[in-house]
Amino acid sequence: MSLSIRHSWFEATARQRLAGLLDPGSFCEFLPPAVAQPSPHLAQLDLPGAFDDGVVVGAGQLGSRQVLVAAQEGQFMGGAVGEIHGAKIVGLLRRAVAERPAAVLFLIDSGGVRLHEANAGLIAISEIMRAVLDARAAGVPVVALVGGSCGAFGGMGIVAKLCSAVVMSEEGRLALSGPEVIETVAGVEEFDAKDRALVWRVTGGKHRYLMDDCAALVDDDIAAFRRGSIELLDDWQETPDTLARLRAKQARLQGRLSAYGRCRDGLEIWAALGISEPERVPLLDCDELIALKEGLPT
Amino acid sequence: MTLNTILDALFPAGHAVAVANQVLAGEAQTALGPVAVLGTTDAAAIDHAMALALAGTVLDTVEQHPGRPLVFLVDTSGQALSRSQELLCLNGSLAHLASCVDFARRQGHPSLALVTANAVSGGFLSFGLMADQAYALADAQVRVMDLRAMARVTKIAYERLVELAASSPIFAPGAASYQKMGAIAAIWPAPSATLLLDALRDIAQARGAGDQRQSLATTRGGRQLAAGVSRQVEHAVGAG
Repeated sequence: MSLSIRHSWFEATARQRLAGLLDPGSFCEFLPPAVAQPSPHLAQLDLPGAFDDGVVVGAGQLGSRQVLVAAQEGQFMGGAVGEIHGAKIVGLLRRAVAERPAAVLFLIDSGGVRLHEANAGLIAISEIMRAVLDARAAGVPVVALVGGSCGAFGGMGIVAKLCSAVVMSEEGRLALSGPEVIETVAGVEEFDAKDRALVWRVTGGKHRYLMDDCAALVDDDIAAFRRGSIELLDDWQETPDTLARLRAKQARLQGRLSAYGRCRDGLEIWAALGISEPERVPLLDCDELIALKEGLPT
Repeated sequence: MTLNTILDALFPAGHAVAVANQVLAGEAQTALGPVAVLGTTDAAAIDHAMALALAGTVLDTVEQHPGRPLVFLVDTSGQALSRSQELLCLNGSLAHLASCVDFARRQGHPSLALVTANAVSGGFLSFGLMADQAYALADAQVRVMDLRAMARVTKIAYERLVELAASSPIFAPGAASYQKMGAIAAIWPAPSATLLLDALRDIAQARGAGDQRQSLATTRGGRQLAAGVSRQVEHAVGAG
C-alpha cells in the first residue's frame, strides 16, 4: 500500500466516508438540515433524534460517474432503520429508477430494524428490498459497502445480499442475527458474542470473501473503498435475473449447504476449501488473502 | 387451526400440498384456475434448507406453470438462530428466496401471502412481505419482537411500551398494526375461499402498480411520514 496515511472506514462517520469515497466536492445532500426532520417516534419516547435520522442520502460523482448514495450512520441508534430513515433510502432508490445514474452506492452500517419504531422499520426494510430489486431491474447497479462498526445485520444483512455486489473490509461484518441475539436465545455455548475472533471468523469480511458472499475485499481505508468501488463498476454490467441464473445460484447454495452445513467455525470451512494453514487466515493482510483465494482449487 | 383445516377452507375444490421439514409445497384448485401453494408451518424458524426449498418451488412454478398465482401460507417465528447458519450467510439464502419471489412477479406470477399464525421479522421479510399483497387471519401474531423483549433491548420500561402500544401502530405487535401501516391488505376473520378469490382478483387488477404500501399507510394513518419523505428525496433538487 501507499505511504499516505490510512483513513479508517470503520471509525469514520457516514459523512466522512462520503467525503472520501466520492470525487472531491461532488457530494450534494438531499434533505439537508434546513428541510429535514428528526423522528417523532423517538421524541415520543424522550430519546434524542437526529436531523438526518441516521442516514445521509444524495448525489455525487465516483471517478466521474454520476452516482446516487445512501450512507447509514452507525453512531446514531446503531444505524437502525426507522420510518424516516427507511423512507429516505426508498426514495433514493426510486429516484435511481427514474434518473438512471451509473450506480447507487449503499454504505450500510446498521443492526437492522430500529426497535423503537419496530413495525415501521420492518416494513421500510421490505420496501427497500423491493426498491433495490426495482433499481437493478432498471439496469442500475446497487453496490453495498460494508465496513462500519455496526456491520450489516438483520434486515439490512438481507438488503446487502440483494444488492448487485458487496464490497467489504476485513473489519466489516455481514450476517442475519447478531451474535448477541444468538447468545441470548441459544446460549453462550452456541455463540460466545464476546469472543471477537470467533465473531469475525463467522461473520467477518475475510470469511465472506473466501465464500464468495462478497465480491471484493478491501483494506479498512476510505481510499481503498473508493478504489474497490471504481474497479468493481469498471467491469460491471447490470443484467436482469434469468431463470437459469437463479437456478445456478440455487445449485451453488445447495451445494455448499451439503458440503459445509455442519461446520461451526470459519477455520473448519477454510480447511475444507483447501487452505493448508487456516489458523493463519486472520493474520493475513488484504492482498495476501486475495492472493490466497486466487490460488485455491475451484 | 390445523393446516388441513386452513387448506380445506381456502380450497374446497381440492388441494394436494405436501409438508416436509415444516415447508409446504403443492397446488390447489380455485375458481380462477390452479394455484401454487407454498409456505411454512408450525412457527418455522427459517434456515438455509427451508429458504432454498421455498425458492426451489418458486423457480419450478415459473418454469413449469407460467403465470400461475403463488399463494404463500406464512407461519414463521423468524430466522433460525445458530452459528452454523450464520457461517453460511443465512441472510444470503433469505435474499435469494426474496429475489426468486420478485423474479416470479416480474415473470407475471401474481402472489399472495396469508399469515396463518405467526409472522416475525426475517422469516416474514424473505417471502411473506415480498408477495404482491399480504393478508392475515384474525388471531395471527405479526411482529418484530414481543414487548417484553423490546423493553429489555431498548431499556424502556415495559409499562411505558404497553401504554404507547395502545395508541401507536408504529411498534404495537399485531396484524392490526401492520394493516394500518400498509403491509397487510386486510385481516380475514377465518380462512375463506371467497376472500381468497376476491384477493386474487384484486391482485391481478393491480398488477404493475408497484409497491403501494407507503401510500396505503398514509390513507390508513399508520405511517404519516414515509410516503412524503420518499417523495421529497425522489424529487429533491440539488444534484450536480
